[in-house]
Amino acid sequence: MLDNNQLLRFTTAGSVDDGKSTLIGRLLYDSKSIFEDQLEAITNTSKKKGHEGVDLALFTDGLKDEREQGITIDVAYRYFTTPKRKFIIADTPGHIQYTRNMVTGASTANAAIILVDARHGVIEQTKRHSFIASLLQIPHIIVCINKMDLVDYAEDAYNKVINQFEEFSSKLLVQDIRFIPISALNGDNVVNRSETMSWYQGAPLLHTLETMHISSDINKVDARFPVQTVIRPQSETHRDYRGYAGRVASGIFRVGDEVTVMPSGFTSKIKTIDTLDKTLDQAYAPMSISMTLEDDIDISRGDMIVRSNNKPESAQDIEVMLCWLNNSPAKPRAKYSIRHTSNEQKAMIKEVVYKINVDSLDRNTEDKDLKMNDISKVKIRTTKPLMIDSYRENRTTGSIILVDDTTNETVAAGMIV
Amino acid sequence: MSKYYLNYLDELESEAIYILREVWAQFENPVILFSGGKDSILVTHLAKKAFYPAKIPFPLMHVDTGHNFPETIQFRDDIIKDLGVQLIVGSVQESIDDGRVAEEKGKNATRNALQITTLLDAIESNKIDCAIGGGRRDEEKARAKERFFSHRDDFGQWDPKNQRPELWNIFNGKHFEGEHFRAFPISNWTEMDVWNYIKRENIAIPSLYFAHEREVVWRQDTWIPNSEFLVLEDHEEVVVKKIRFRTLGDITITGGDESDADTLEKIATEVAGMRNTERGNRSDDKRSESAMEDRKRQGYF
Repeated sequence: MLDNNQLLRFTTAGSVDDGKSTLIGRLLYDSKSIFEDQLEAITNTSKKKGHEGVDLALFTDGLKDEREQGITIDVAYRYFTTPKRKFIIADTPGHIQYTRNMVTGASTANAAIILVDARHGVIEQTKRHSFIASLLQIPHIIVCINKMDLVDYAEDAYNKVINQFEEFSSKLLVQDIRFIPISALNGDNVVNRSETMSWYQGAPLLHTLETMHISSDINKVDARFPVQTVIRPQSETHRDYRGYAGRVASGIFRVGDEVTVMPSGFTSKIKTIDTLDKTLDQAYAPMSISMTLEDDIDISRGDMIVRSNNKPESAQDIEVMLCWLNNSPAKPRAKYSIRHTSNEQKAMIKEVVYKINVDSLDRNTEDKDLKMNDISKVKIRTTKPLMIDSYRENRTTGSIILVDDTTNETVAAGMIV
Repeated sequence: MSKYYLNYLDELESEAIYILREVWAQFENPVILFSGGKDSILVTHLAKKAFYPAKIPFPLMHVDTGHNFPETIQFRDDIIKDLGVQLIVGSVQESIDDGRVAEEKGKNATRNALQITTLLDAIESNKIDCAIGGGRRDEEKARAKERFFSHRDDFGQWDPKNQRPELWNIFNGKHFEGEHFRAFPISNWTEMDVWNYIKRENIAIPSLYFAHEREVVWRQDTWIPNSEFLVLEDHEEVVVKKIRFRTLGDITITGGDESDADTLEKIATEVAGMRNTERGNRSDDKRSESAMEDRKRQGYF
């Protein structure tokens, strides 16, 4: 691998029937990311189950319960590397009762692969997956029109799906959509170019993943630095050192930049940007660094350092697209802990504005319950201000989770509107 | 024009540092689980980076089965001295002597499963609320579903079907008295990433990882090192081979591969060409298809 190779995270959503597991198995197998002992294990299992040949889908089976039931329940992470990139796959189930798992897998993805069965075209599940990808602002969507072998590799079938998809996707906010006709089972256009679909001029899936431009996926404009912890060595060599440790959420910070600490509003200048290896002139997302300032200011975890000429909004009343993740529904007017970057406050859901039907994208203003897998627009009031950006502009400073203090569980995830 | 993106190793490093700082910020009394293997050495190296110029602000904890490679213990003691941090040792031998666990019987007996009790006892008696481990999701299918912040109930057990969702980079380490967390900063690293990074950073690792001459016995399709704990079968023969270890566990269960790789450069090249997973030589994982998941549910690393 080369030193400048990047990491690309993508998500796949799908159910047993649309060939998702086969596609992942095919990607791993054809890119030679499967080890011989793994192959041996699934060859044996395939035989035991009476399958013809090796069932590539078995690579993605994880927990005992999942193997028994033959479905993916949770998000599973898979890894493979090619000479061009390292990939992390967040493999998620596709049924509506696992919407929360799809949302989880999508939250960190650069790209989403949406599988469409060429025989059936765009169905409810396609719309659901596309909506979630757009809601979570995954920058790149690749629609794989699968099972082309079952429609005689016909260009018509492919075009029909594209038309159907474009018809409904005009309602979604996605920057980059591509379409690839594939057969995961036979390997057409997955890693290797299909010989049977010469009418398709585009690149196979892997090549697309290897070359798509992802450097611009992170916001480079709005400099945001949530403070995770304060480093005070109090050692002889660093007696007065006071470093603010964190990961740059977005934008670029340079030594000498005039910065404002929020929420206090104090201003100072960046004195040094430190790492163990060297001191830096600048730091950009997503680097983990420690920063010192010219002035002695009281700063602690939960504060955010930003460039003085570009500040986030400080708000206590926020509108959020909320996905409910927990078995227990939301309790009316209950208080939750809200977590936003390194900040934690208390919050109350003041109002449910509407709930979205994730299959039709219709809004329901009557149903105010927040149950597991529901996606709703809500109004939240926090006890103290949060320093927010809209999720569309900033996936890090635009996202929140809610924690139920009676169980300590993460019950909801939200994207700030 | 300068580039404003990180390469994959820098991004993995930054992610791990972020997790380590979150652990420090969210927990009262964390430790790094240190086995002397490359993954826990890597986590320790990353912790050094996370808190620089301060020292690592929490102890290292070693669950000592008593069946160690002598080289591992020497390495552990050196690194502790170098970092100037505290070492906590949980002893499996003591757990046996106290009657908390019973030694396995038979030829392939190991102390692998016994570690669970010792680990949980050490966590409880030292009031540890987060144990940071070097587990990676690519190692094993049960680990593919592990969270960065992984909740354990007050019996130390993992419930894989009832894990907290983890979204974006927001981690929830809230817990009740008596419960603890496991944190896995290098979840997203593969074996190859680990070696490429060790090579790049020139991180010191035990000599066992490099090809060396050693007395070994061919057993269960791998070279098991000769040691005071090894009981030879009649047909087995001790031979000297040039081998290296791909992972380090107990001396009784860790098989070596014949190899000439005696530099980090050569090891990275060798690993890149490997056609078997690294845990393939670990007899603890060969016991059943869900061996790892079963142990993890009970509280294993």
